[in-house]
Amino acid sequence: MSQATTHAANSPHLEPGEGEAGTVRAHHDHHELGFLRKWIFSVDHKVIGMQFLFSGLVFLALGGLMAMAIRYQLAWPWRPMPGLAWMFPATGGAISPEFYTMLFTMHGTIMIFFVMIPLLTGAFGNFLIPLMIGAPDMAFPKLNMFGYWAMVPAFFFILLGFFVEGGHAAGGWTSYPPLSTIESAAPGSLTGQTCWLLGLTWVGVSSMMGAVNYVTTIVKMRAPGLTMMRLPLTIWGLLITSLLQLFALPVLTAAGILQLLDRTLNTGFFTPTNLQVNNITPDSFLYGADAVGAAAGGQPLLWQHLFWFYSHPAVYILVLPAMGFTSDILAVHARKPIFGYKPMVYSMSAIAGLGFIVWGHHMFTSGMNPALGMTFMVSTVMIALPSAIKVFNWLGTLWGGRIHLRTPMLFACAFVSMFIIGGLSGIWMAATPVDIYIHDTYIVVAHFHYVVFAGSLFAIFAAAYHWFPKMFGRVMNETVGKVHFVGSFIFTNMTFYMMHQVGVAGLMRRTADPYAYDVYQHLQPINEFITISAFCMFAWQIFFVVNFFHSMFWGKRVGRNPWNAASLEWDAPSPPGHGNFDRQLEVYRGAYEFSSPDVAEDFIPQTRKL
Amino acid sequence: MRYFFTLMLLLVPILGVWTFVEADRWQLWFPQNVSSFGGEIDGLFNLILYMVGFTFIVTELALAWFVFKFSANRPGKAVFTHGSHKLEMIWTAIPAVALLFIAFSQMETWAKVKFESNFPKGGKYTKERPIAELWASQFDWRVCYPGDDGAIGTADDLERSYEFVVPVNTDIVFHLRSRDVIHSFFVPEFRLKQDALPGHTIPVWFRAEKEGIYDLVCAELCGWGHYKMSGRMTVVSQAEFDKRMADIKAEWFSNGKEQGQ
Ligand code: HEM
Ligand SMILES: [Cu+2]
Ligand SMILES: [Cu+2]
Repeated sequence: MSQATTHAANSPHLEPGEGEAGTVRAHHDHHELGFLRKWIFSVDHKVIGMQFLFSGLVFLALGGLMAMAIRYQLAWPWRPMPGLAWMFPATGGAISPEFYTMLFTMHGTIMIFFVMIPLLTGAFGNFLIPLMIGAPDMAFPKLNMFGYWAMVPAFFFILLGFFVEGGHAAGGWTSYPPLSTIESAAPGSLTGQTCWLLGLTWVGVSSMMGAVNYVTTIVKMRAPGLTMMRLPLTIWGLLITSLLQLFALPVLTAAGILQLLDRTLNTGFFTPTNLQVNNITPDSFLYGADAVGAAAGGQPLLWQHLFWFYSHPAVYILVLPAMGFTSDILAVHARKPIFGYKPMVYSMSAIAGLGFIVWGHHMFTSGMNPALGMTFMVSTVMIALPSAIKVFNWLGTLWGGRIHLRTPMLFACAFVSMFIIGGLSGIWMAATPVDIYIHDTYIVVAHFHYVVFAGSLFAIFAAAYHWFPKMFGRVMNETVGKVHFVGSFIFTNMTFYMMHQVGVAGLMRRTADPYAYDVYQHLQPINEFITISAFCMFAWQIFFVVNFFHSMFWGKRVGRNPWNAASLEWDAPSPPGHGNFDRQLEVYRGAYEFSSPDVAEDFIPQTRKL
Repeated sequence: MRYFFTLMLLLVPILGVWTFVEADRWQLWFPQNVSSFGGEIDGLFNLILYMVGFTFIVTELALAWFVFKFSANRPGKAVFTHGSHKLEMIWTAIPAVALLFIAFSQMETWAKVKFESNFPKGGKYTKERPIAELWASQFDWRVCYPGDDGAIGTADDLERSYEFVVPVNTDIVFHLRSRDVIHSFFVPEFRLKQDALPGHTIPVWFRAEKEGIYDLVCAELCGWGHYKMSGRMTVVSQAEFDKRMADIKAEWFSNGKEQGQ
């Protein structure tokens, strides 16, 4: 990282640019903004990105703590948690079954909607899009600000839920009715579920504003010469993700509103006729009790279709940007052009397209027509194809490279390694007869933690280490970063790998005390092993937290381009000032011209004219 | 450093395969199978296991090897290439064929287990004349046998909670129903899972080939007591089954119930 330019922090503002559409204009707005305008009500995409980043990290810690409690219960059911008696006076610190259902519901909800989506698109999407396409800011800076501010009611409702009567939502992050709609079905369905729905609706509003902005910005504001096929894959990932959001989110929002109406106005969209909820145990089951449900005539499966119509594409929303980051980081640190750039773009598009016709694979055993299950199986199995193509191209990118094993590169390689596992286990579950057995077992839990945790979250770590210099003008400490990587990698695998075998043994997810069943009793020791690994993995993140905040203020200062990368963001000062670039940009090539024989250096920036 | 990180990446396929090989010995593998179609499902699982296992080993080894071999310590520049059309064709076509093969190899078993048109016909129990209705509710299972007239919904129906008794080596069809929220019928030893949907009657079939007592597990989150919503699947000989039915009948009608109530 020696060749970097020597500019420290903000370089002085240069002459204003020409100002034609899509070009970069250095800003000539010298007055200092007050604290509120600068950090709270900011319209600067970089600051908004930071807002998403920091709130995402706070929720990551919260969701992580909940995971620890879940693991504690699975290893040592009903045993009081040491030191937590003050929090649960009724049980002396032990987790109650009601609390357990709430824990995994909110763990999933927070991790998906308040951590991964905001971090990938909100934080990195915001920060990187204008910089990587050579634009001074987003197309709609105000809308961008509102995008973050729509998260504030989301935070409010999702946190409020913890304090309402009955506790927070407890119907799983999937919130299947009638469990989630009938108040007497679960304590969390009293008021918590309403908070959950309102919270999610606001996340949707925020994502929608973000998506509109990202698509417009990428399509309209690229620097001159930056054709679509010269875009970095990070931008492609974010663009496709935003399109997925635009098309899928309205469905979730509508479904959420229907569920809200069911809950508040008893509309019964999802409530079938003649429900008899809440532990009335009549003498004669068939003739003894009066039906408590009205003649509602609703359909519980309708929710599942609507929910998964959004939430399957959403799982790709959780991974496509991460695939983009990984591609960029691999190329930069291996000093190699992306192997098969076009196939990479096509396969991401194929994933997105196919992603819309596979939602039924979550419903193979739901009672949906089994003939439909068969067609969903074929589309689901085929979605593994573009995923495989991406893996091969990543390997091709590494092949013949000159690999610098710096921390971001280590995390990016780990992403590839872990995504292979998660992608392959998807094939089992796509196979309908096999899924009859493994649906809702720990194999599913292993699968999505390999793709979302070991995959996407590792890619977020990679991105954090890689773009940290651009964000703060300093690098994170390499040694501490490597220590963070090694422990995270080992403990993550120790935590999640054996869940596959536990799932083959038939262990169900979402059970507070699996050992109530004879078939699962022998699984307690392995669950203890998993729990201890999980605790270690969680504790290990202290290396990241300390490194991140320490380096923010005291890290080694670096110039514009510490990694000798070729894409546009490295042309801007580190950190970039308001308006991002201090000179006119003109793009001549793609973002991956590494090790070209045409020049002496091993990279050609996109902006260099040869 | 390079050696160390390569080793870490290598450990993934090594330990990954090792734990799968040893899993059976650690009792972290399928419970015994006692249903007629369970063997096929296990076979399909293993088929995919070998195919994805092969891919897993090859790709993970390649990753570790590349990280080791193509280190920045090498002299000169990296290879300057933007890809290879031929390779892309190869690694698109081969997985495509393999994946289609996987998809098509599943269809027969799936159809056999779940398609109503393939349900047992001509036997004692059919879709129209099920052995029983199995009712799920928070947080227990109840079985309703048809009684002497063979029809459910009549006054001589017999109800029993917790335990579902069926005869061995017989094609069983039952109706799965839910009184309140969604539950799921899961007997790991049968390799059979089906959600119980409120408002729907879902016919389910299986054939148990070994006598014994198996856990009936609720596999769909149904509320705070989901974890304890257990039932018992009892598979007995035909003679024992007839005797059990007589007992159930005696018990049910002595419980203050009059026939023809
Ligand atoms: C190779 C491609 C993939 C295939 C074939 C695949 C297949 C599947 C299938 C069939 C299920 C349902 C399993 C069941 O409930 O029985 C599932 C669940 C899931 N998948 Fe994937 N998947 C793939 C990639 C991904 C990716 C990339 C992500 C996220 C980044 C992801 C996230 C999830 C999640 C979160 C669930 C669980 C949802 C729930 O029930 O709570 N999958 N996957
Ligand atoms: Cu899915
Ligand atoms: Cu249940």
